[in-house]
Amino acid sequence: MRRPQNLRPAAAPFLGFARLLRDHAFAIAPEQISSFMQAVTLLGPRSMNDIREAALSTLAPSPDRRGEFEAHFRAYFYGDAKPSIEAEEDDETRVKDDRGAREEENQVARQEKGGELSSELEQLSSRDFQHDDDGLGQFRRKLVSALPARRSFRTIRTRSRGTLDLRRSLKEIVSADGDIPSPLLRRRRAVPRKLLLLIDVSGSMKLHTADYLKLAHAAVQGADRAEVFTIGTRLTRITSALRIRDRGQALARAAALVDDWDGGTRMGPTLLAFLSVPRFSAFARGACVVVLSDGLERGSHAELEIAMRRLGARAFRLSLATPLAGDARFRPATSALRAILPVLDDLVDGSSIGSLTDFILSLARPAPAADSIWKRVS
Amino acid sequence: MPSADVVEIAASPEAIAARLAASRYLADDSLATAIFLAIRLSKPLLLEGAPGVGKTEAAKAVAELLGRELVRLQCYEGIDAGHALYEWNYQRQLLAIRHAGEHEIDIYDDRFLIARPLLQVLRAPVERVLLVDEIDRSDHEFEALLLEFLSDFQISIPERGTIRAATQPIVILTSNRTRELAEALRRRCVYHWIGYPDARREAEIIMLRSGDVAEATARAVSNAVQEIRARPLAKPPGIAEAVEWANAATILEKGGSPWPEAFRRAIGVLIKDEEDLSAITPELGRIVEEALA
Repeated sequence: MRRPQNLRPAAAPFLGFARLLRDHAFAIAPEQISSFMQAVTLLGPRSMNDIREAALSTLAPSPDRRGEFEAHFRAYFYGDAKPSIEAEEDDETRVKDDRGAREEENQVARQEKGGELSSELEQLSSRDFQHDDDGLGQFRRKLVSALPARRSFRTIRTRSRGTLDLRRSLKEIVSADGDIPSPLLRRRRAVPRKLLLLIDVSGSMKLHTADYLKLAHAAVQGADRAEVFTIGTRLTRITSALRIRDRGQALARAAALVDDWDGGTRMGPTLLAFLSVPRFSAFARGACVVVLSDGLERGSHAELEIAMRRLGARAFRLSLATPLAGDARFRPATSALRAILPVLDDLVDGSSIGSLTDFILSLARPAPAADSIWKRVS
Repeated sequence: MPSADVVEIAASPEAIAARLAASRYLADDSLATAIFLAIRLSKPLLLEGAPGVGKTEAAKAVAELLGRELVRLQCYEGIDAGHALYEWNYQRQLLAIRHAGEHEIDIYDDRFLIARPLLQVLRAPVERVLLVDEIDRSDHEFEALLLEFLSDFQISIPERGTIRAATQPIVILTSNRTRELAEALRRRCVYHWIGYPDARREAEIIMLRSGDVAEATARAVSNAVQEIRARPLAKPPGIAEAVEWANAATILEKGGSPWPEAFRRAIGVLIKDEEDLSAITPELGRIVEEALA
């Protein structure tokens, strides 16, 4: 690319706009800037809309950041007030809605009144950071081999137990001028299934979310493909933050992304929001889905039931890890838990990092359905 | 540089939009501009959007407006170079070796080469448009392979050397965004996000695409579909489903069903998920009546 001082004066604003986007963490390559300028020239430009269309087509902001892009465009070319949106990580996607704001306030008030439930939660809140750290290191190393495997459509060469690799065998024969060497075999590769963690960050889970985030960080670091979302009143994808190797930095970044910590619970609508984004719901397909939540849905649980049924239909295994199950007296007695129990593969203890890591490492082992286990217990 | 006839066809975004409309594809200004820029800048066009918004149809319409054959490469998990670039016909090569006996034969002759979509397009770039459909379904390795192709528009066949396109072919990629594509791929393309059309445009599309649907019916269907799409459905209905719904309701109405009832009975062509259907059914009557009002 030419140096700015060699640029024609008319081109300077477009270069300036691309630089502004770069300053706000949009990944803009030099070739995109030259394409942008070419596009502007091709379109006339006859109006500001032509410049906008050229920018959208060539600088290619991701749909998640389209609003931010538009705000920067208006600020730069129209002199509007500077957008207040803070730069996000490129591949960060948030799905948020404010419909539950009032509901959230109500729930906080109700939780404050709750005596019996609060004391039960506090009972289960003991944490041992030193022990957790050790456990998580081991968990991270074991995770890839411990996750259930599926057969990929990609194949690998094998010496035994495979099907004839006709294409390569024939290629060998042709290269040997028709001589017949031993046939080559291939078989479908086994790949670990995806791991999807949905972490409830509502007020009732306050004592456990820090531990869950540590576990999620270890999972993202250890698994081939893991995705982590927080669910509360909103849905937030925090996977990219957790990809940072240093745990302290990763958790700080994740904490900054989520802005509904310790709020109310709108599990059903939030999970439905997750399912309505094709990119997210596609990740759940064939994955081990672990919902880390107490499952305490306020009001009607109809949406939670629908969402869990849809998740269950997509997932290879759908598990709910609840801190309440750490108590020996726990029974899935609430109407929400009773409604979703038939679609759950597992309803397990999520009260400590140790119990959770043990459970996730055992996902490849078959187990009776949650419904049958809890019917026996109660 | 695009050829003179292509420049003539793609004279402006408005010219593109008019020609697309003649191919029964209604493109808004943004899409027409993106297609115009992709053609004139000789860059691939990456179309992203929810399933059913008309990405593949857009590619078909572009091929039609340019008067070229569409070569479609449908992506899936496990697709590899053998499926996308070229393959040798080993069986024929073996037979040729046997028949040749002591004679010399060139087993890497054209007659043994099976050209897959990418090679087909490189060999005849001015006659074909390449559609790489649902690139998000393929693996990262295949995406990387495609990057190489899209950068230089050339393929290296070890036994034959490098085949390079004389002129840059027109390539359209589509993605349902079930996974994030590599930044490098987006960078090489002219990008456009296709959203669901607004009610007015969707009514126009229904009128254009359906058989003999009345204008009022098309408007009612488009209004109702907008309302239905606003709900958190597992499979929001696409444009094709809306057209089918209008068609099906019209057929039922001609068969004797009164209007709201005809829409209700034809709902199966719009909503194709059992849970979505049970979620929508209680409200369907109200939605249809409001749409008809």
